[in-house]
Amino acid sequence: MLNPDTTTIELSRDELERYSRHLILPEVGLEGQKKLKAASVLCVGTGGLGAPLTMYLAAAGIGRIGLVDFDVVDASNLQRQIIHGTAWIGKPKIDSATDRLQEINPHLQIDRWPVRLSSENALDICRDYDLIIDGTDNFPTRYLVNDACVLLGKPNVYGSIFRFEGQSTVFHYEDGPCYRCLYPEPPPPGLVPSCAEGGVLGILPGVIGVIQATEAVKIILGIGTTLKGRLMLYDALNMKFRELKLRRNPECPVCGDHPTVTSLIDYEEFCGIPQARAEEEKAKATLQEITATELKQLLDAGKDVVVIDVRNPDEFAAARIPGTTLVPLPKIEQGPGIEKVRSLVNGSALVLHCRSGMRSAKALQILQSVGIEGINLKGGIHAWSDEVDPSVPKV
Amino acid sequence: MVETVCVNGEERTFAPGTTVSAMLAQLALEPRLLVIERNGDILHRQDWQKTTVAPGDRFEIVTVVGGG
Repeated sequence: MLNPDTTTIELSRDELERYSRHLILPEVGLEGQKKLKAASVLCVGTGGLGAPLTMYLAAAGIGRIGLVDFDVVDASNLQRQIIHGTAWIGKPKIDSATDRLQEINPHLQIDRWPVRLSSENALDICRDYDLIIDGTDNFPTRYLVNDACVLLGKPNVYGSIFRFEGQSTVFHYEDGPCYRCLYPEPPPPGLVPSCAEGGVLGILPGVIGVIQATEAVKIILGIGTTLKGRLMLYDALNMKFRELKLRRNPECPVCGDHPTVTSLIDYEEFCGIPQARAEEEKAKATLQEITATELKQLLDAGKDVVVIDVRNPDEFAAARIPGTTLVPLPKIEQGPGIEKVRSLVNGSALVLHCRSGMRSAKALQILQSVGIEGINLKGGIHAWSDEVDPSVPKV
Repeated sequence: MVETVCVNGEERTFAPGTTVSAMLAQLALEPRLLVIERNGDILHRQDWQKTTVAPGDRFEIVTVVGGG
C-alpha cells in the first residue's frame, strides 16, 4: 500500500458534503478520503481508457492527477472517449479533459503534460506521482511506461482493449510481476491490430478503465485485494470475466534477479517500428501511385479505368467512391479475389484503394506477383474526401 | 498413444513428449503474443521449451491486446 501522508490534509465543508458517501464507508472514512486527497496519479493517455478512469478518479477526490496526451479530439473518438464532447473536435484532448475534470471536481489539481511520453522525459514526468496508470494505445509506450515504473519503483495500473475483449492487472506492485514478465519480447509490428484497424465496442474501455480506477483507489487506500499477480480478462460479447495467475519472472530483463535493462531504451527500435517503416517505404517505392485529384480527372475524362475498393463490406456500405467495385483484401489474400480482379480489369487500367492506402498497397503487391499491374490511390478514400468530395464520410 | 489436455476449455490431443513450444506451433499460435497458464499458474517463457504436456494438463492461453 502507498499510505500517503495525511498529516497536513484538511477537508473543507464542501468536500465533506461532496464525499459523504465515501465518509460513511468504513473502508474509506475520513482518513481514507484524506489519503485520496494526498495522493497523486499520472494517467498516460486520455483516450478510451483514460477518459472514464480520470473522470471517476476526479470525482472520487484524488488530490492531483497528471494527464499526458499530445493528440487532438477526432470525431471517431467520441463513440468511447466520453470525457471529450462534440464541441471539442479538432482541439487538444488535454484541454478537453482538463475542462471536463475541473467541471466534475473543482478541488482537483491537474498537471498538464501535452507531450508524447518518451525515453527522454518519462522518468522526470513519472517521478512526481504515487502511481501510474497505463491508458496508452501502442506497444512502444506500454514498454516505456512499464520500464519507467520499475526503475522508479511505482505501481503500474494496466489496462488494454480490443474489439470486445479487455485485460487489466496491477504491475510492479509489492513484488508482483511487471509487463515484461508476461511479454519479454514485443509483438512483431503489424501482427496485433489496433482499435483503429480492428474496431472496438465503445463501452468496453469504460469497463476496463473503471477497473483500473478501482485498483488505483484501492492501492491508495490500502484496502481489499488488488489485481497484483492476476490478469483479469473480460469478454464483453459473452459477458464473462476470467483471470490468469501471474508471478514475477526471476529472469525478467527489467524486474528480474539479474536485470539487463537498467535505464530507458529506444522503445520504437525495441518494437521494430523503424525497421517496419523502412520496409513499408521500400515496398511502396516500387508501387505506382495516383492522387485522388488525378483519379477524378481520369474518371471525368472518361478514361478506361477500373477502380477496386479492397476495404471490408461494412466500410464499403458506409462510404464509397462512386463507380467502384468491392473486392476485400482478405479475398485477394486467400486467392478467389485475384480471379475476380482479373475478370474486372480485362484490359482496362486498374486503380486500387482502401481507407488510407496501406491495404491497397498490400493487395497490389499480391496482384503484381501474379502478373496483374495496378496503381495505388494515395491516401485512400480519406484523400478522396479531402481533395475531391467532402460529402464522402471518413470512416 | 496420445496425451489429452485441455486448452482454453477445449480438449486437444498431442503426441507424448510434445513440449509447450511444439504445442503452440501445432496450434499455429505466435509465441510472442501469448501468456500461458498451466494448471492454474503462469508458465514463464523460458520454461516452454523444457515443459512437456502431460495428460490432464489444463492450459489457458491468452493473446496480448494493446488498444487503449
